[in-house]
Amino acid sequence: MEFFIDPNRCIGCQACVQACSECDTHKGHPMIHLEYVDRAHSVQTTPVVCMHCDQPTCAEVCPADAIKRTEDGVVQTARKPRCIACSNCVLACPFGVPKMKTELKLMMKCDLCYDRTSVGKRPMCATVCPSQALFFGTREQIELLRPRSTPTNRFQFGNQTITTKVNMMLPKVGQAEYLDVTSVMSEQASGKSISLNVLMDNLYQGEED
Amino acid sequence: MILMATAPDETPDLTQHFGPHLAYTSGARLETGIEPDKLVKTHCCFCGQQCGIQLKVKDNQVIGFEPWEDFPFNRGMLCPKGVKRYLQGSHPDRLLTAYRRDPQAAGGFRPIPYDQAMTRVAAEIERIQSAYGPDAFAVLSGASLTTEKAYLMGKFARVCLKTSNIDYNGRLCMVSAAAANKKAFRIDRAANPWSDILTAEVVWISGANIAECAPITTNYVWQAREHGAKVIVVDPRITPVARTCDLFLPIKPGRDIALFNGILHLMIEHDWLDHDFIEQHTVGFEAVAEHVKQWTPKRTAEVTGITERAIRQAAEMWGRAKSSFLLHARGIEHHSHGVQNCLGAINLVLASGRIGREGCGYATITGQANGQGGREHGQKCDQLPGGRDLGNPEHRAHIAKVWGVEPEGLPQPGVDAYEIFRKVDRGEVRGLLSLCFNPKVSLPDNSFITRMLEKLEFFVAIDFFLNETAHHADIVLPGSLQEEDEGVVTQIEGRVIKINQAVDPPGEARQDWRIIQDLARALGRERGFTFTQPREIFEELRVASKGGVADYSGITYEKIERQGGVFWPCPSEDHPGTPRLFEPGSWNPVAKGAGPFYFPDGKARFNVAPYTPPAEDVDDEYPLILTTGRVVSHFLSGTQTRRIGPLVDQYPEPRIEMHPQLAAKLGISDGDWATAETQRGSCTLRAMVVTTIRPDTIFIPYHWPGKKSANQLTVSAQDPISKIPEYKVCAVRVKKAVESAELKVLSRK
Repeated sequence: MEFFIDPNRCIGCQACVQACSECDTHKGHPMIHLEYVDRAHSVQTTPVVCMHCDQPTCAEVCPADAIKRTEDGVVQTARKPRCIACSNCVLACPFGVPKMKTELKLMMKCDLCYDRTSVGKRPMCATVCPSQALFFGTREQIELLRPRSTPTNRFQFGNQTITTKVNMMLPKVGQAEYLDVTSVMSEQASGKSISLNVLMDNLYQGEED
Repeated sequence: MILMATAPDETPDLTQHFGPHLAYTSGARLETGIEPDKLVKTHCCFCGQQCGIQLKVKDNQVIGFEPWEDFPFNRGMLCPKGVKRYLQGSHPDRLLTAYRRDPQAAGGFRPIPYDQAMTRVAAEIERIQSAYGPDAFAVLSGASLTTEKAYLMGKFARVCLKTSNIDYNGRLCMVSAAAANKKAFRIDRAANPWSDILTAEVVWISGANIAECAPITTNYVWQAREHGAKVIVVDPRITPVARTCDLFLPIKPGRDIALFNGILHLMIEHDWLDHDFIEQHTVGFEAVAEHVKQWTPKRTAEVTGITERAIRQAAEMWGRAKSSFLLHARGIEHHSHGVQNCLGAINLVLASGRIGREGCGYATITGQANGQGGREHGQKCDQLPGGRDLGNPEHRAHIAKVWGVEPEGLPQPGVDAYEIFRKVDRGEVRGLLSLCFNPKVSLPDNSFITRMLEKLEFFVAIDFFLNETAHHADIVLPGSLQEEDEGVVTQIEGRVIKINQAVDPPGEARQDWRIIQDLARALGRERGFTFTQPREIFEELRVASKGGVADYSGITYEKIERQGGVFWPCPSEDHPGTPRLFEPGSWNPVAKGAGPFYFPDGKARFNVAPYTPPAEDVDDEYPLILTTGRVVSHFLSGTQTRRIGPLVDQYPEPRIEMHPQLAAKLGISDGDWATAETQRGSCTLRAMVVTTIRPDTIFIPYHWPGKKSANQLTVSAQDPISKIPEYKVCAVRVKKAVESAELKVLSRK
């Protein structure tokens, strides 16, 4: 079973965020990032869970060696006795995933609902997601259910190539060689021109040609 | 000027005592690794989809949830409301005793013993009815109640109170679609299970913000799209489902019939019709064809505000499809011509012949938890159980026999919920019992409702929280939350499912059906109201519905559990239920084999749906259109969701959505205060400036009370057939407002 993120399907309802905060390992603290890309012009939202990198940058930059990766590839929240709350991981993660909980002096992040996934259950967010923008299942299932998209787990950030346990679904048409995640991050998006003229295109404003 | 005895909303400590307070996960609910005593398989308490969910129970408290992945409709999926619904239990605002209104008491209400409250209510009912006649006491009920409760309320009004004045909040919700379905098919139910969406070539969605109001349905629509379906969305706003649709038609609010007529015009012109189906299974096509001749693409474009090109494209997509599913919701139903809108949509379905088969479907997206079941078994003003009519002598005789009363003793049909308040105004209704209805927030032009609530001689409200309407009650009786009782509801697809009790009502709170029966006893008329559990009510309902269109007689609690729900009609215990209506060769009790539809000849009806503009169109003084609706984290009048912290944080207060072109004209920027004004009132909220709405239209969500209430603005015009109010269009003007100290406080709240 694998995790697939399909931002194309996200409806911004926050069921994932609300469900994430119900998880027993971090109850009360949602670990999912859900942002409008540019609400002034679109209702498009993007959900981001931890991508669970094969070589996690967060762990590499941690001076206290507090961030561990399980044998099955799940990058965990910082270990409490070791974490010094320095925020290196928060700054370094190319996907912007870890959250510094200053009140707990602890970095917290999505651990792929390890208590659930390690016993064969689906993560909370992907179970409840009403549009299945967050999907947890087998590769065969996703191929059958999403014939128009293809999963990728290879991302390029400048010169850094990152491969991850979590997959991002890309449309098959116009498929990119790799996906630059910064292109869908809210802080980057404001500089980009997002054209959504469908409303104005189809709006009758008097005599037509 | 008449000085009101009390102005309940201005009681200074009302909020302190009765909320809304915001509940967050705390205490035992925050402890990790806690072992629940049990997991109760049940359903969400909010919308009509009725997602399966498991509630975690510890020490008679719901402490959380676990997805129920085996329930076939949602397979574990939930929206944020479903995820956080457990926080409504053990809530600080929960009513734990009966109350008497008393301006001297803390919060304006004094706790009184339950029996004392009952005695007072019974005495007031007796006094009002003996002084002014039985109809002077009215009942308002709700479609979030289980079918057992809805059935019992109808029986209570007709048999115990003998009043013709009972109606329910489904009047605000499903009645336009229900009336149109009865006119076209003579049965009111989604024609298909949602699984038929998956194999449709075209999915047409008119006036339905699916992602926010029926979120799980999104997955059905988008799964169809994955397999090549074209999705057409008709809406004045680019909703999340519209964002990725294949064709978006930004319709001007209130012009849906024009569009449907224009599409049918093009279907006829290009001969995109199923002639065999029209010939064999329908009546009335010629008249409709004649009527839509005038709806040329040019005229359709002028009226609907959609380009001719887009209209032609939609007609071609729909016309050429081999299979399709048409969905609509309040967007086309909340109109003074809501029934006509729905009939226009149905005409498109009938002309295509795409109904009653796999991947060929039609449905309204029912809004409330038991929107379907709650409108079938007799709490509607003109209706008896089994979808029977109170005005029909045969139907009256059947039900009277089940109830052990004389048919002549049953009252005649009454009036709709809004008209009940007009009757208060005219002095014809003097007393009111309400359950599961918050008209002060949810009815249009609600300052009128507030005045009427104060005009009542006696008002008793049953509820679990003191909702805004109950602020005006003389007596408040503590009712039950959904998780504190059991019973059936019928969800969006027509699937009858079972709500299971997870916890007992706290304090002196009681299950609503017990309160109704207690009241019958206090009135000395308990005959017929001595059920000891919901199952007994359901058994009587099965008998009452037998032979009716909404036949539940073959449904049992056990069968629901065994089958993952049972689709009605289900006329016998060995009948599996009917997921898809109108299948070729299917039998029904009206047509008796003559055809698949529920008319004696077995044929469906085309209905001429003439276009009429909204009751209140724009003019120079009020040049914009106001339309209202929902957001994903709140439900209806917000009685529950405005008390659940994480849901309030997600969408804390209403905003006025407007297009930047309009905002620029008005000198308003995103986040500025803006005042929307109609002939009825004004409302000052922050502006949300987005390109996802038509420039001639503003949108305000309606979940809030008082000065934030969108229904201060809306018009009380109603559809002449369904009596649904026109929430979706009225004329409005907007101006920039300056932030006052009062607004600052409002905003912080």
